Amino acid sequence: MYSDKVMDHFTNPRNVGEIENADAVGQVGNVKCGDIMKMYLKIDNEVIVDVKFKTFGCGSAIATSSMATEMIKGKTVKEALNLSNRAVAEALDGLPPVKMHCSVLAEQAVKSAIYDYAQKNNLHYEELDGYNPNEEDDHHDHGVEEED
Amino acid sequence: MKKRVYLDYSATTPMKKEVLDEMLPFFNVQFGNPSSIHCFGRENKSAIDKSRGIIAKTLNARTEEIFFTGGGSEADNWAIKGVASALKDKGKHIITTKIEHHAVLHTCEYLEKNGYEVTYLNVDQYGLIDLEELKAAIRPDTILISIMFANNEIGTIQPIKEIGVIAKENNIIFHTDAVQAYGNVVIDVNELGIDLMSLSAHKIYGPKGIGLLYIRKGTKIQPIIHGGAQERRRRAGTENVPAIVGFGKASEIASEGIEDHISKLTYLRDRLINGLTEKIPYVFLNGHPTKRLPGNVNICIQYIEGESLLLSLDMVGIACSSGSACTSGSLDPSHVLMAIGLTHEVAHGSLRLTIGDYTSEDDIDYVIEQLPPIVERLRQMSPLYEKVKGGN
Ligand code: FES
Repeated sequence: MYSDKVMDHFTNPRNVGEIENADAVGQVGNVKCGDIMKMYLKIDNEVIVDVKFKTFGCGSAIATSSMATEMIKGKTVKEALNLSNRAVAEALDGLPPVKMHCSVLAEQAVKSAIYDYAQKNNLHYEELDGYNPNEEDDHHDHGVEEED
Repeated sequence: MKKRVYLDYSATTPMKKEVLDEMLPFFNVQFGNPSSIHCFGRENKSAIDKSRGIIAKTLNARTEEIFFTGGGSEADNWAIKGVASALKDKGKHIITTKIEHHAVLHTCEYLEKNGYEVTYLNVDQYGLIDLEELKAAIRPDTILISIMFANNEIGTIQPIKEIGVIAKENNIIFHTDAVQAYGNVVIDVNELGIDLMSLSAHKIYGPKGIGLLYIRKGTKIQPIIHGGAQERRRRAGTENVPAIVGFGKASEIASEGIEDHISKLTYLRDRLINGLTEKIPYVFLNGHPTKRLPGNVNICIQYIEGESLLLSLDMVGIACSSGSACTSGSLDPSHVLMAIGLTHEVAHGSLRLTIGDYTSEDDIDYVIEQLPPIVERLRQMSPLYEKVKGGN
């Protein structure tokens, strides 16, 4: 059911763990199935120099967190904010439709961490306009999992 | 070759060789239609009746009370819809439980949409119903009590005999889904006061696609499959003769060896439960410690999620299942685990390992050895676990 890439990231997840004195920490819960993802960022001069995650969730949730951390490491904060769940899923050679929502969790974790960073440092990113970390987000591509 | 350990016997069982051997001639040599007058037909008619007789004997039922179906789900559908339509003038109220198989639950929901009322009984933390709640739920218009014999997920065995007495006292038909119980618990339909009972062959080392409904003589029930005179006009369709023959053989083997089967599985089950709960912290057993199926182990491993557990176990050759929302397709956690009062989060870490006739002590020890490091690895990744360990 999963691609080799997903299985690889599930078995050998990159960037698992915590960052002490992180510049940003974000935690999100999945409204669909109750999973939790926590992301830590170290940011230097608007560049994400280090990133770590922890995930309580399925294989796809673990793999998408891992892939998302790889994709934003070394990128600017702005670039990271533009990471979409689609892009993460594509980088993993796709996810089963019922598992698309797990990738939304990864995207949300990145956003929520950067939101934390913006709050702490009084920064403004237009990509975060209207973003509320405590709100259920429905504007994302959840795939076609509704068909049951 | 890589070690493979199958611990999903509640999902299905491998067919026994003796069963297969018995079935084979009926695919090509003895292939006649049992309804035909000629000898090709007649010899198959008698093969069906022989199977019927064997199975009836294992249940202390009469031969003519056994009706073959296309599986356990059809038998559940038939029992509920068949009684509902036969007794619609008497009443439209049905009592069942919150932990039934979906074949029962969804049939009841279907009837609710069609003017019937259904009471779904609660269960306690072990998955047992409360007999007082059952008595209180009975109304003058109650036409059916449908309560499963043993639960497919947590293995809890209900007080069937007591339920049978209550049903009889109130003159209500009692149906039980015994798909998981048959072959694992001794069943005597008379002693237990059962009027209707669903069974399935592939859970007892028989073929898939064949089940039966036991119908006590005199029980009012309508057919739901129309179109022929088979099964004494109650279930149309050319009989699946090879499967029926296989079902008979599987029943015979299961009932002959049931004492040994129960004691062997119970031993392995308890070895697995004890091994896992001793070696892994924050693990607890779901279901009742003793009133449970001999081959059923269902545990919650806290702070991790079931699908990632299944994937990791599969990589070391261990096959089992989980009630986690992430494995369910609908993304809802198991209704059974919710009914016994688990939180969504804890149900996430549920793992069901079901033992059967080909499970060895070696297999059990292999799981006890393989699971703890997998759990540890996943917990290291879990944001919930760091708090427990006093970190943060
Ligand atoms: S996070 Fe639950 S299904 Fe993936």
